[in-house]
Amino acid sequence: MRAFVNLYAAGDGFVPPSTNDFNLPPLTESIPWLTKPVLLVFLSVILVSVFFILSARKAAVVPSKLQFAGESIYAFVRNDLARDVIGHEFMRFVPYLFTLFTFVLTNNIFGIVPFLQFPAMSHVAFPYVLALFSFGVFHYVGIRKKGLGSYLKEIAFMPGVPKPVYILLTPIEIATFFLVRPLTLSLRLFANMFAGHLLLLVFIMGGDYMLHDSHLIMKLFSPFSFAFGIALTFFEFMVQCLQAYIFTLLTALYIAGALADEH
Amino acid sequence: MRSINLLAGGEPLNPLIPHTAELIVGAIAFTLLFLVLRKAVVPKFEKAFTDRTEAIQGGLERAEKAQEEAQRALVQYNEQLSSAQGEASRLREEARVQGAAIIEELRTKAQEEAARITAAAHASIEAERQQAVTSLRNEVGALAVELASKIVGEALADQARQSRIVDRFIEDLEKSK
Repeated sequence: MRAFVNLYAAGDGFVPPSTNDFNLPPLTESIPWLTKPVLLVFLSVILVSVFFILSARKAAVVPSKLQFAGESIYAFVRNDLARDVIGHEFMRFVPYLFTLFTFVLTNNIFGIVPFLQFPAMSHVAFPYVLALFSFGVFHYVGIRKKGLGSYLKEIAFMPGVPKPVYILLTPIEIATFFLVRPLTLSLRLFANMFAGHLLLLVFIMGGDYMLHDSHLIMKLFSPFSFAFGIALTFFEFMVQCLQAYIFTLLTALYIAGALADEH
Repeated sequence: MRSINLLAGGEPLNPLIPHTAELIVGAIAFTLLFLVLRKAVVPKFEKAFTDRTEAIQGGLERAEKAQEEAQRALVQYNEQLSSAQGEASRLREEARVQGAAIIEELRTKAQEEAARITAAAHASIEAERQQAVTSLRNEVGALAVELASKIVGEALADQARQSRIVDRFIEDLEKSK
């Protein structure tokens, strides 16, 4: 990959976007940690807070348009994710799931918002943190519900399975609950955002490169690259919403599993 | 983990290794958002949902109550109507009976009156007849006595004379009548 890039760089050709395009320099040299994704994450906290506080402020029986908009998102997480998945104890987890969904969704959508145009979740630290929280939450509720011993026993020795199967099943189950779940949760989100942003970069930068190329044919093909970039933007929007939904849904499923009496 | 300062140029960095600063920022930002939403948003929306549910349920209950009341009123009106109809037919029947009784009574009275008048007439006729018989009897006696005295007084001479006396008597009778 690197050699490939260098080859073109040497010939003043097209330099395709690489993982280095995700390493944005700090906004000011004096505050090294204040990068664009950090700023975007804080911006998302402010935007989501302000939007929902304004929307929920009146809590009217007959909602205004703003309240209806906020309420619809909240009701979606509350009813379609929390209630339908977790069941009668769902209300305890609504604030967490609601925060998760809105936080991930907003930061994902930043990837296609003009001028922001960077999905914070393509920096793996943020999905890691969120997955760690979800990991903590679902294990915590499981331990609280069943006690540490019987919770771990239920994970390691799934009831209703012939004893020899445990040789195979126990390592798989332990790996699933303590390694695979948090890793897949975070990496799924990260990889989708990362790849999506990279794809957009390829087509937009490619279009730009072709437009400035001296050959006429290259210039003629440039709009196609841009058009495809725009089409991908719509596709990305879908992926961004979907990933926020999946992250929240899986967390709800894990919580439901930890709360369930038997497997 | 690596520091962000190391980014500029050089080897492409492994995107799977998180920045420490971003881990901290992500945790703080998420926690912040969680606290805000839990404190200021979720209870409000829940309250709106509860209020709405209550409003709808209250409306339904009110409507149900109103319907029940209307039903009750309808039953009551129907009862009143049927009782009024019963009352009316009862009154009509009573009036008919009373009318018949009155007619019957009047007829009886009239018959009695007629009978009474007839009886009175009969009585008065009888009395007059009685009176006439009495007076006639008296007069006939006197007349017979008068005639007999006349006949006796005339010396019963001849037949012609006798017959004249009788004729005269009868003439007198007729005249006096």
